[in-house]
Order: sequence, then structure tokens, then C-alpha cells
Amino acid sequence: MEKQLSSDEKREALFQRWLSPKDPLGNAIPFQSPEAEQAYQARINRIRDAVQMEKTPDRVPVIVAPSFYPVYYSGMTPHDVMYDYDKLATAFKKFALDFGADVHIGATAPGPGKMYEILDYKLYSWPGHGVAPESSYQCNEGEYMKADEYDALIQDPSGYFSNVYLPRVFGAMAPLQMLPFLPGILEIYGVAYNFIPFGIPPVQGAYKALMEAGAEALKWAGAVGGVAAELGSLGYPALWGGFTKAPFDMIGDTLRGTKGIMLDIYRQPKKLLEAMEAITPLMIKLGVGAAQMTGQPVIFMPLHKGADGFLSQEHFEKFYWPSLKNVILGLIEAGCVPNPAAEGGYNSRFDVVKDLPKGKTLWMIDQSDMAKAKETLGQNACLMGNIPSSMLSFGKPEEVKAYARNLIETAGKGGGFILGNGAFFDQAQPENIKAMVETAKEHGAYK
Amino acid sequence: MNPLVEAITEMREEDAVRLAQEELRTGTSPAEVMDHCREAMAIIGQRFEAGDCFVPELILAGEILRQISDVVKPHLTQATETKKIGRVVIGTVKGDIHDIGKDIVAFMLDANGFEVKDLGVDVPDVKFVEAVQEFQPQVVGLSGFLTLAYEPMKNTIKALRDAGFAGKIMIGGGEMDEQVRQFTDADAYGKDAVAAVSLAKQWVGVA
Repeated sequence: MEKQLSSDEKREALFQRWLSPKDPLGNAIPFQSPEAEQAYQARINRIRDAVQMEKTPDRVPVIVAPSFYPVYYSGMTPHDVMYDYDKLATAFKKFALDFGADVHIGATAPGPGKMYEILDYKLYSWPGHGVAPESSYQCNEGEYMKADEYDALIQDPSGYFSNVYLPRVFGAMAPLQMLPFLPGILEIYGVAYNFIPFGIPPVQGAYKALMEAGAEALKWAGAVGGVAAELGSLGYPALWGGFTKAPFDMIGDTLRGTKGIMLDIYRQPKKLLEAMEAITPLMIKLGVGAAQMTGQPVIFMPLHKGADGFLSQEHFEKFYWPSLKNVILGLIEAGCVPNPAAEGGYNSRFDVVKDLPKGKTLWMIDQSDMAKAKETLGQNACLMGNIPSSMLSFGKPEEVKAYARNLIETAGKGGGFILGNGAFFDQAQPENIKAMVETAKEHGAYK
Repeated sequence: MNPLVEAITEMREEDAVRLAQEELRTGTSPAEVMDHCREAMAIIGQRFEAGDCFVPELILAGEILRQISDVVKPHLTQATETKKIGRVVIGTVKGDIHDIGKDIVAFMLDANGFEVKDLGVDVPDVKFVEAVQEFQPQVVGLSGFLTLAYEPMKNTIKALRDAGFAGKIMIGGGEMDEQVRQFTDADAYGKDAVAAVSLAKQWVGVA
């Protein structure tokens, strides 16, 4: 029998793959110069030392994690880059190269507008479709999963997605609610009944739309992959190898909606807990599968509804944290580095979330008190952040530098810190972003 | 404590609705039933302020209140409606379609005795100006979740001032703070629904 790798060995293997990037066919991506190759590896090792907390990196690493900022910075609109993938690539490359942070988060955020049109995506409004061309996309909250559908989700999450949820959020997929129950396809007797739906014109139309959407997604992915490959070849690694979510947010953000899940806490707490338990392995699989495919260990997890002020401490500890913790531990076990982004404030939560294995997670911190974060969560986890969005927009470079230096001295003490912005932003003054990056380079060295 | 007030504040939804129906049936006046609801909301507001009450409780209390007022409204006459303590126009600024925070603030203002005109989301300057001229509020509340809301907030405030609005303007939402307030020229920034209510009360002189 093949020897089972330990979780540390799996993580090491992923870090090694990250250090030697390959294209989708498995060929090594050539660097543009030996210096670029060296810089690429030095940057990953800087991040890795900060995350693993076994030794201090050479200096505090720095990241700039924008939302649509690169687009505005390049004089374009969100509509431009969601419909013209060359523009998308140009904007995000320019952004990464002009500011020269250690790692970038790629050009994935603005998705392919035409694909959303083909699929008639209802969950979001995007530039030109419900919001202005100059605006970023925004979520249309709703109860896409009804209050009485928990059992259906719990019994068969994938079936619920394919036959119920996806047909609701993508208009073009509506006919797929007629899809057969796949575990019923068992033996020759009666097997043909299961294929009848595929002969019905609306279902065939839905598949045609899916094929067109796939073709558009491929075009877009070519551009996005090209950005990552080129930045990599110039020495700039991408941070994230994939994405997953806290089970509470998975259900609360896009299935039940904020109002729905908040009411469920009181109206059907057992069902909610049961559903989160049922989807926990799927959320682990989502992150692990992506890391295996991309060969990059860091898995991004935006955290939403567990922030200070959203839930009582009792509800946080009962409904939000246990399943999130299980996802984090499952990712760690498979060799990943979970990267939760604690959006909003997390001051009241640090004492709860701090008990994680040391040196295995990376937490992006938004508006929390970083000194407190360092004393609690920061004892076991690498922290990343927390220059405020408002300061990047309205502050002066000296102000940003002073704030960043203070972060380096407090949160950066002894390692385990990556300097960066706290929340994904659309607006900022370029001088302020420069000031943030420079501060890490000028004042971030560990003696 | 009155059993209805107690049921609402303890988040016992079914009991609360049943008790409201029972009060009506046993001769409590509709206005008094609504007073009990207001009393409960004041307690929930205090708990929210003290950090003992959060979003699920506000949303559930809102749902309970809606169900009770559906029961009570048919029995209410114009005369029994209580006097409002002030008028507020509220909305999410142009380009931003987020509504949860704004809805909570509108709900808390309403529960605290304000007459609230909610303009919804993605509201252009001119709609704010029209609403202010028509509704004559003492307070305008601008909501926005994204950094993209900074400019539209500033523009809306300028449009309101240019149109002669002399009342108070407050802003709030995910990426807002004192630095954004200065940029937009708002009178105040409120970090949550409780802050919004206390600002509004202070401005209409009932705090």
C-alpha cells in the first residue's frame, strides 16, 4: 500500500509546486530572467515564513488586495474589463507591476459579463446589467433557497444545487429542474426513462446555453491565466490557489439570504445546524480540490456574517464557528493554508477563533484592533492587513506610512504578519498604495 | 412586565403574535397593543446598544412587529395613531444596491417614533432632493456599503445643500468612518443603527 502523506508533507508538496509554477499542460513556466526566478521564490518563501511562524521572514511581506481598483486606476470602467478580456489583463498586470507588492490576487474578480448574460445570472447585478457601467457588481440578496427546503439540501446537496438552486439563480438553467434523479440510473430495466428529460427541447436549450457559457468562460480564463503566468514569469506569485466559504456564509449569503438565515437561527435552529454539518465536507472538498488543481496551498475564505455586531457571542459559538473551524481543520489536514478574511470587525471573536494549530492559517484582518489580534489569534496564526479603506482614499501618504510602521512594530513583532489593506477596495489614491508597499520594504526588515 | 412585551423581547415569536391577538380580544385598545410593541422595541434597542442584541434579534423583532401590526392595523383609527417625533428620509446612494444595513436603521428609527421615508437603493441625487422638498424631514440618512459610495454620498450631500436643505445629514455603512464623513461633508457618521437613532433623536431635540 502507498504510504499516506502527513498533512505537513502534503503542505510541503503544495509549497514545492507553488515554488515551481507549471502551465495547465504540466510544462514549467519559464521565468523572464534569473533575477525574476529568484525574486519569485524569495517572495513565496517570505510569505511562507510569515505563515508558518517557525522563523521570521527576511522582512514583512506586503500585499495589495483590491476589488475593482486596478480597473479605475487604469482609466477603465468595470464594464470595460468584464466585456473585453484584453483590457482586463492590461489593467491587472499594470496594477501589479506598478505597485510591486510581494504577491497579487490575480484578475479573477471581474468575471466574464457575456457569460453571465448567456446564463441570465440573477444573483448579481453587474455593470450595464442592473448597476451602472462605472460600478462594480453587487449581490441581489434573496431567499433563493426556501425556508422549507433544508431537508432537500441536507439529503442531497449536489442534487439540490443541480435541480433546484442553480435553475433559480441562472435563468438559462431553469429547465434543468427537470433533470432526472441520477442515483436512479441503475440497471437496464427502465433506464431509458431517465434520459427522457434530455430529449425535451427546453432542456436541450439549457445545455446549449451551458456550452456557450463554457466557451466564454474559457476565453476569460485564458486572459486571467495569462495575467498570472506573465506576472509569475516576472517574479510575482499569485497568493490564492482556490476559494471556499464558512458553511454559515454559504447558506446565509446566497442560499437563504441574510434575513432568511437570521430568522432560521430562531425558527429552525436544528435544521440550520444539520445543513451546515452536511455541507462542511463539501466546503473542504471545494478548497482542497482547487489547491490540488492549481498547485497553490493558500485557500481564500471571505468571512461575512460572523463579524462583530452580526451575531451574539453565544450564536457565534453555536452557529458560526464550529462548522467554520471544521472546514479550516479539514483544509489544514489536506495540506492547505486556509486564508479567512475577517471582514468588518472581529474583536469579540478573537478569543474564540484563536485556538487553531500554530503556523497553519493566514487571517486577513479588516477593521479590528491589531494589537489585540496579535495577542490572541496572532499567537497561532499569521495576520494580514489592516490599512483602512478610508485612509487609502482620503489619507496622506505620511499618514499611511505612520499607520503601516505602527502595524509592523505591533502586529509584525516576531514575524507572523503580512502588511496589506484591510478590505477589498475600489477607490484609493495611488500615492497611498505606494506608501504602504514602500513602508514594508523600507521598514519591514527583521534583524 | 406585560406578557406581550416580555414575549417580544424574549424572541418568542408565536407567543407574541398570540398574546397580541388575545389582548385585542380581551379589550385592550389597539393603540395600547401598539404601545406594548413600542415598549418592547425600546428594550430591544437598549439591548442592541449595550451589545446584548444583534442582527438576528432585530430582524426577528421586525418580523414579529410586522405580524402584530397586520393584526392590529384594521382596528386602528387615524386618531389613535401616535404622534411621530420627527421625519427622516433614508436611502442607499447611487451606484450601491445594498439594503440590509439601511433597512435595519429605517426599522429602528420607525420603532423609535420617527416617520421614515425609505427611498430604497441606488437612489440618484435628484430623488433625494425631491423627497426632501416633499417630505420636509429634519434628518437625511445616507447609506452605502462600498468604497464606491464615497463620491455619490458627497454629490448627494452637495445636491441637498444646493437645493436649500438645512436639516442634518448622517452617513453610515460598511466602509464609512469619520474620515469619510469629512470628505462627504455630512454632519455625522453613525457606526450602527443605535448611533443613527441617537443622532436623529438629538437633532430633533428629544434625546
